[in-house]
Amino acid sequence: MKAKGTRIGWLAAVLAAVVVVGMGGGSALAEETLKIGVAGAHSGDLASYGLPIAKAAKLVVEEVNAKGGVLGKKVELVVEDDVCKPEVATNTATKLASQGVPVVVGHVCSGATKAALGIYKASKIIAMSASATNPDLTQSGEYPNFFRTIASDDAQAKLEVEFALNTLKLKKIAVLHDKGDYGKGLAEYAKGFIEKSGKAEVVLYEGITPGAVDYSAVVQKIKKSQADGVIFGGYHPEASKIVSQMRKDKMKTVFISDDGVKDDTFIKVAGKFSEGVYATGPKDTSKNPMDKMVREAYKKAYGEDVGVFSINGYAATQALLNAIQKAGSTDYDAVVKALRTEYVETPLGKIKFDERGDAIGVGFSVYQVKDGKYVEVVN
Amino acid sequence: MEYFLELLLGGLTRGSIYALIALGYTMVYGIIELINFAHGEIYMIGAFTGLIVSTILTAYGFGTFGVLVLTLVLSAVYSAAYGFTVEKIAYKPLRQAPRLSPLISAIGMSIFLQNYVMLAQTSDFVPFPALIPDFEFWEPYSHIITSSELVILSATTVLMIALTLFIRHTRIGKAMRATAQDRTMAMLVGINVNRVISSTFIIGSCLAAVGGVLIASHIGQINFFIGFIAGIKAFTAAVLGGIGSIPGAVLGSMVLGLTESFATGYVSSDYEDVFAFLLLVFILIFRPGGLLGRFTTQKV
Amino acid sequence: MRFWSEIKQSVLTALWFIFLTFPILVIRVNPIEKLVIWRWWNLVWVGIGSFVLSFLWRALLRRKERGKPAAFAATVGKTDWVGWVAASPKRYVPVLTLVGLVTVLFPVVMSPYQTNILITALMYVVLGLGLNIVVGLAGLLDLGYVAFYAVGAYSYALLNHHFSLGFRTVLPLAALLAACFGVLLGFPVLRLRGDYLAIVTLGFGEIIRLILENWNEFSFGPSGISGIARPGFFGISMSLNQTIVYLYYLMIGLTLFTIFVVNRLQHSRIGRAWIALREDEIACQAMGVDKTKTKLTAFALGATWAGMVGVFFAAKTTFINPASFTFLESAMILSIVVLGGMGSIVGVIVAAFILILLPEYLRAFSEYRMLIFGMIMVLMMVFRPQGIVATVRKAYQFQRRTS
Repeated sequence: MKAKGTRIGWLAAVLAAVVVVGMGGGSALAEETLKIGVAGAHSGDLASYGLPIAKAAKLVVEEVNAKGGVLGKKVELVVEDDVCKPEVATNTATKLASQGVPVVVGHVCSGATKAALGIYKASKIIAMSASATNPDLTQSGEYPNFFRTIASDDAQAKLEVEFALNTLKLKKIAVLHDKGDYGKGLAEYAKGFIEKSGKAEVVLYEGITPGAVDYSAVVQKIKKSQADGVIFGGYHPEASKIVSQMRKDKMKTVFISDDGVKDDTFIKVAGKFSEGVYATGPKDTSKNPMDKMVREAYKKAYGEDVGVFSINGYAATQALLNAIQKAGSTDYDAVVKALRTEYVETPLGKIKFDERGDAIGVGFSVYQVKDGKYVEVVN
Repeated sequence: MEYFLELLLGGLTRGSIYALIALGYTMVYGIIELINFAHGEIYMIGAFTGLIVSTILTAYGFGTFGVLVLTLVLSAVYSAAYGFTVEKIAYKPLRQAPRLSPLISAIGMSIFLQNYVMLAQTSDFVPFPALIPDFEFWEPYSHIITSSELVILSATTVLMIALTLFIRHTRIGKAMRATAQDRTMAMLVGINVNRVISSTFIIGSCLAAVGGVLIASHIGQINFFIGFIAGIKAFTAAVLGGIGSIPGAVLGSMVLGLTESFATGYVSSDYEDVFAFLLLVFILIFRPGGLLGRFTTQKV
Repeated sequence: MRFWSEIKQSVLTALWFIFLTFPILVIRVNPIEKLVIWRWWNLVWVGIGSFVLSFLWRALLRRKERGKPAAFAATVGKTDWVGWVAASPKRYVPVLTLVGLVTVLFPVVMSPYQTNILITALMYVVLGLGLNIVVGLAGLLDLGYVAFYAVGAYSYALLNHHFSLGFRTVLPLAALLAACFGVLLGFPVLRLRGDYLAIVTLGFGEIIRLILENWNEFSFGPSGISGIARPGFFGISMSLNQTIVYLYYLMIGLTLFTIFVVNRLQHSRIGRAWIALREDEIACQAMGVDKTKTKLTAFALGATWAGMVGVFFAAKTTFINPASFTFLESAMILSIVVLGGMGSIVGVIVAAFILILLPEYLRAFSEYRMLIFGMIMVLMMVFRPQGIVATVRKAYQFQRRTS
């Protein structure tokens, strides 16, 4: 009898602890603040894309609060993890909605963003992503509450293909992707643009397995297809493995990729093999003093270099806070109008947003790795 | 023909990478019949320790060879310590528990270790220095197979042979086989089963660490999640070869690596893993105990 | 004397953990710039933490050891706390009334967020109960259960997208389809046992996911299907919050239905055949149980529930892509079954609530969330290896007639 009692007691204690923790998480602060949601993958395998955005958002908020906040209120971040999974993203979104945030920086992955946007739309919340590049998000017209500080996949694919066909005059192109929604979407557009142009042929179109230990078989296939160029849709970990393997095999095939690869980590990881690789990415902002400042502040605060989408995340947070300030309230329509009309100074340059939610002023250009640095290619 | 050879070599390299991890897997399984999901994380921790040690050593001006050896040794020591601790915390209290309970605590441990490294180190990919130099004598052949691939291939072979000899001829190896056959009986004849299990974990973790350092140096990058994917593949390979059998683990890894390589080369890498798993299903239908495993007829 | 040896042990543990965590917690390097950062303070925390925790750990382990014979004695005659509650109407009537009242009133009182995560938890209750048939009752270790979940979700998404079929039409269709896939998986693995079965089912799950990822013309590939219709209530348009509440009640309905069916199945002819199969395959065959049929029904009936929950999943998130159906998901469902105590319905329900709601409530710890979650999973298994509710085989007692 006694053993039973303690067992129930034990269970009750666990449940009580869970409830207490839950309540603790939900309790609001007494001081009135302006709450801003930040949603994205902060754990799991895609955390390396989500965390740098959240960290960048924190930087903006610290800076804004030091200057007195927005509309006289201190800004407070509500950071929520969605693990880049649609099902978790809906929970994250309902949580943010019930906490009454007017705007959300996020989400990170296009899939999770799509799942969350339905809920934000119903709750009149504006979402601005720093990394979701799926064209449907802005082009389908389904999500009027969505904005982003990054260009969509098709715009990038178009630039890549034009560069490959007109500047590099490639004739045989191998198109690869990492089977993810970002990489495969981009590769499909690229393939479509090449076929439509009729100037070159796609000699190979394949998805590689992300996270695989090596890609020697795929590299052999590229070699056999005699492609003079590779267009890769995906992220830098896979790209660096493919490029290294190609160069070790003494292949000189041109490698063109996207902004998932236009990241300093790629150069660090691929080392000397990264020389000559092309990647599209946001217009060169390194001369922008703000960009330099953000990079330094980030390094100082977190002891590491900015992540892939940190700058975009920084810009998104700035744009949202600026719009609220200009609109004079957190009213949905007013903020949307401010986003579309008021320019804001960001590390990406001076930007505002078009009717569909894409940023105007966030241009794309082609970069090439030269002496261990990405250098803008002048056409 | 040359294409075929290239694919063959690529497949073998990939296979030997899997084999380095699968060896530890299969050893642990042989002794306590536990799918040790945390084994992949031990491999990952080995790689991270290797990164830290090698960077510090290079900063203090050690030579290439010294760095490589010291990194391997220290990573092995730390991975072994982690393997030992994980066993003590998550598996030892569960010796008498139902069969699936340790499997779940292994999954929990795997989640814990991943997040521990993510929080303590970084969530991003980190470049890993190439510890294996490009051998000059190998230069003429390096377009067929690079120096680091050569090192991985030979390390796998050497480790497999050493391990087989170890298990066959040493005292503790014999104790391991006895424990694997019948734990209660082994206890009765005076074998300290707890010590045998601990040493299995320690040896398995050392292997994982060697694998971690060599593979990371070959690939050139690591992050906290590499253990998970590698672990699943190594597990598949170990089962394919007949889990619990050491030559089986190597053979299974090679078969898996070659299948993936040829599937990509001649069909499409879109369905690379589909082919790998279909092959697994077919082999297990005709040989339900794996390639080299014994399918014991159950007695009633 | 005892006191000092305890202290000594804890000091040793602390030293061991300081050694263990030294490189990863203290040193951070940047191999390109050859930068090394030392964070000595972390060591102090590890030392203090492991010193204190090692006391707790040993005390709890001792308690567990001591409790063992007593618990064993208790289970002979009597049952676990669930059995204790279920033993007489005086106990279970108030408990059930309370649970019922909380269930019905929950969405009215709590916020949509709370209701939403409760729907997720209920979905996992049903998934757990479904997998429980395969793993808990029939003893077939299935690591690819998520494949059937995907089948259900994609049937609704595709049928809704192409033919705009409604939620209620697709629900039985998806269940049927998932059952067919269950049989499809069942055939090749009939001969396999234990971990060989586990790896083949894992492969099956991966194959389904890879096909969904690669076959764009069929499944729209990795970019997924968006704009899936939420279930409508006889053509009345509802706001988002109303739909959440509606889905919640639907899900409660499905859960109750599942509990009822699984409970009846357990004690039916086929249920007893499953249990016999789990205990000893050969003896079971010798008793005249058709092994093929029994195994295939276990796979099919287990898959059915996953198919139905898949439909709920697609309707709830309104967007699906293959990334939701990874091995990790299967592992989570399996953890629910094992943690609940294999074969126990109440156990599965409690475990699903703990494992699904815990990460949500742990959000307060933000980035430490999954770290704590993994730790709790290990601790629960260590201190309660037989699961939250240990199953008690139904015992039929011969009653001596008293004259």
